[in-house]
Amino acid sequence: MNVPILQMRGITKTFPGVKALQDVTLDVNRGEVHAICGENGAGKSTLMKVLSGVYAHNTFDGDILFENEPCEFSSITDSEKRGIVIIHQELALSPYLSIAENIYLGNELANNGWVDWRKTNLEAAKLLARVGLSENPVTPIQHISVGKQQLVEIAKALSKEVKLLILDEPTAALNDEDSDHLLDLILHLKGQGVTSIIISHKLNEIRKVADAVTIIRDGKSIETLRLDQGQITQERIIRGMVGRDLESLYPDRTPTIGEEVLRIEDWTVQHPQDHSRMVVNNANLNVRKGEVVGLAGLMGAGRTELAMSVFGRTYGRAVSGKVYKYGKEINTSTVSDAIDNGIAYATEDRKHYGLNLIEDIKRNISMASLGKLAKRGWVDGNKETTVANQYRKSMNIKAPSVAAITGKLSGGNQQKVVLSKWMFSDPDVLILDEPTRGIDVGAKFEIYTIIAQLAAAGKAVIVISSELPELLGICDRIYTLSAGHITGEVPIAEATQETLMHYMTKEKE
Amino acid sequence: MSALRESLGFLTSRLRQVGIFVALILIVILFQVLTNGILLEPQNVTNLVVQNSYILILAIGMVMVIIAGHIDLSVGSIAGFIGAVAGVMIVHWGWAWWLAIPACLLVGALVGAWQGYWIAYVGIPAFIVTLAGMLIFRGLTLITLKNQQITPFPSELRALGGGFLPDISGGTSVLEWLTVILGVGGTAAILFQALKERRVRRKFNLENEPMAWFAVKNGFIAVLMLIITFLLASYRGTPIVLIVLAVLVILYSALMNNSIFGRHTYAIGGNLHAAELSGIKTKKVTFRLFVNMGVLAALAGLVFTARLNSAQPAGGTGFELDSIAAAFIGGAAVQGGIGTVAGAMIGGLIMGVLNNGMSILGLGTDYQQLIKGLVLLLAVGFDIFNKNRTGAGGGSGMARRFKWKTTPPATEAAPAAKAEPVGVDAK
Repeated sequence: MNVPILQMRGITKTFPGVKALQDVTLDVNRGEVHAICGENGAGKSTLMKVLSGVYAHNTFDGDILFENEPCEFSSITDSEKRGIVIIHQELALSPYLSIAENIYLGNELANNGWVDWRKTNLEAAKLLARVGLSENPVTPIQHISVGKQQLVEIAKALSKEVKLLILDEPTAALNDEDSDHLLDLILHLKGQGVTSIIISHKLNEIRKVADAVTIIRDGKSIETLRLDQGQITQERIIRGMVGRDLESLYPDRTPTIGEEVLRIEDWTVQHPQDHSRMVVNNANLNVRKGEVVGLAGLMGAGRTELAMSVFGRTYGRAVSGKVYKYGKEINTSTVSDAIDNGIAYATEDRKHYGLNLIEDIKRNISMASLGKLAKRGWVDGNKETTVANQYRKSMNIKAPSVAAITGKLSGGNQQKVVLSKWMFSDPDVLILDEPTRGIDVGAKFEIYTIIAQLAAAGKAVIVISSELPELLGICDRIYTLSAGHITGEVPIAEATQETLMHYMTKEKE
Repeated sequence: MSALRESLGFLTSRLRQVGIFVALILIVILFQVLTNGILLEPQNVTNLVVQNSYILILAIGMVMVIIAGHIDLSVGSIAGFIGAVAGVMIVHWGWAWWLAIPACLLVGALVGAWQGYWIAYVGIPAFIVTLAGMLIFRGLTLITLKNQQITPFPSELRALGGGFLPDISGGTSVLEWLTVILGVGGTAAILFQALKERRVRRKFNLENEPMAWFAVKNGFIAVLMLIITFLLASYRGTPIVLIVLAVLVILYSALMNNSIFGRHTYAIGGNLHAAELSGIKTKKVTFRLFVNMGVLAALAGLVFTARLNSAQPAGGTGFELDSIAAAFIGGAAVQGGIGTVAGAMIGGLIMGVLNNGMSILGLGTDYQQLIKGLVLLLAVGFDIFNKNRTGAGGGSGMARRFKWKTTPPATEAAPAAKAEPVGVDAK
């Protein structure tokens, strides 16, 4: 039964000054789904790059045996020839090309250099059927959802006659429904003999699909847990990842809720291109002093769109509705107006919208509030450093100094820089969009603690999240959104995953 | 021993900055040998400064535009146009220099505002707008001049291009003492500033350069400044345009490092979306950058016209390429967000020494262009190569640009976890 398909032995990979992997062992059996867990920066992605040939065989130490034969890959092409295909977290699809073209990109079905379109589309349709997609293969990639794009990536892998499929955080950008579908597909492919390695932060997913879990911490393989030995439990995985027990995933807090701070009335937002579509439709919501309010909704429900349209009209067109702070109507029509009126919005996509990755920590923290550090347009650099040092300490940002470049920090530390930036702007209302996305378990707890502290300090906090347990763990009240409508408002005492999901999937006519 | 290793590690991490400096020195030594010492003769050093001043002035504005992620192809044409405008104002209309100079700078600002409007508020890429501007303002130059040069200019204006500070020793001394005072004073000020900054960094627990590197670097800069001072002082003293340039470099370096405007420029170039979502008025900043570029292009046009003592139809042709090359050789990043005024000056000097040295050697413009092109390619190629090499360990600009997934270095991986013994091995 347990026939090994992949054995990695003594893998050691060093970058200038850093040992990214140290004597890592990985054994994967044929036909299993093997999860790799570890905090951000633990070395999971590096290990997969070693395996798939992104790092050539002479740049690391150790041996790789695939189907009992040694592997010496110099590039991804070499590993793909052997049936090892990696799908990265950020999809590598060309938005303007069709589904079929993307599937056969770099691997075109051609006669003497001329593409055979009939065969391409025909074969693509067969592959799409295998992954459960009914899309027309000539549809441009940009016209299908991210969830479906992920499936196209898998279809592409199947076209290469994949034996070992590596998925790097495949559900990071997917909603629950699409995630479920993807996980089902992985199990389905397993039935067809495809072995999978899946890197994931989401422990419930791992429990759902994994036959084995290898835990990596600080560049070393800690242990491999096996389902048939009853070793795969959430507690066990977390303990392995952080090297300690987490008593609780969420900090204890006793909310002291005061007067209403922010109220949004009759908020309606049109889609920027498709004017007939209301992305947010007549939404009403409020948040009070010291309160943490959740916004739950499936992908496309309009959560981020609602937040961004309130924050300086940074999304959508023909925005209508009113925003009140302490009962007085305020202007939030530009970002600087919104900031001046005490609103802060920390984006869900910190790499593209939140941080200047080539700049250092202190300049990122000061970016939104340079005016507070300046006299007559000249910035006081010493004051800036002092402020940044304070946040580095209070937020526990792990970096050699505040002059460290943010692009080199781990996800959790980057998120702390983003939060510091907005805390320094001294807002009354903080809107945090997916504050723990792509962050490891230990850092998540720290972020939750920060949110609790903000509320305790009298701020009004709105948290947008795709992870319902997270909302249930930290919020006092949760709004649900579905197709742009607010479909429910649930006090935390009555909220369960089931009730929230019920409202989130409710259609309003 | 460890200090040495530390210094070496530091040097490799700053290969780009160190490399550009070393390159300048090597090029100077190379041409000094090839030209049998003509390159560093007092008269030639003076020429070098004056000849390159307008490119350096343009490079200041250009590096700022490039940091914000844009480009300006029109500066040569604008400089030519302003030269023509100055010719009409001063020679045809008989305006005094003190009226004509501000008026020309104002015209430059309007030209910049015109381009800035299309780029910032209409949203046409700067490449297109300034390519159009390159044609538009060349055309306007020809129209203004009716295809003929305007000459001569009064001596007050000519001083801007070829004039010197007055000789306070009254011509009795071998060395021009005002220049010596300025040079030594300037060197002392630079050293003082460097020491002060180092102290501040130590106070705030920021990483400092290794002491050895700090000493070598600043010692070298000081010696270089003093040599230049000596050479200038033993010819005709300090060119007025050098004073203008020095003031601009100090002012704009401070602006880019310490002003809100400068910080916003870096923020826009580093990540436009993040800047917008931080409340930075990105359109306004972009607009102002082009207005500023227009003013500096006007100043460069005035200096050039003053030096030639003539406003010419082809004046300023090719300046845009030299100033863009200066910015990139000086370390500005192609995708924006990175670059310094000081770097652009060194880049401009590399181009200048190449031009001057090759001219002395009697190489024609054919070979000059060939070699300058190769130098630009190599400088930026080295930059990209260097980034790819170091980028393997962290999120470099290139990786960001092409959305590669990069692995955060393991140093940040949960130090808290390291304290715990690894005791839960499944056996």
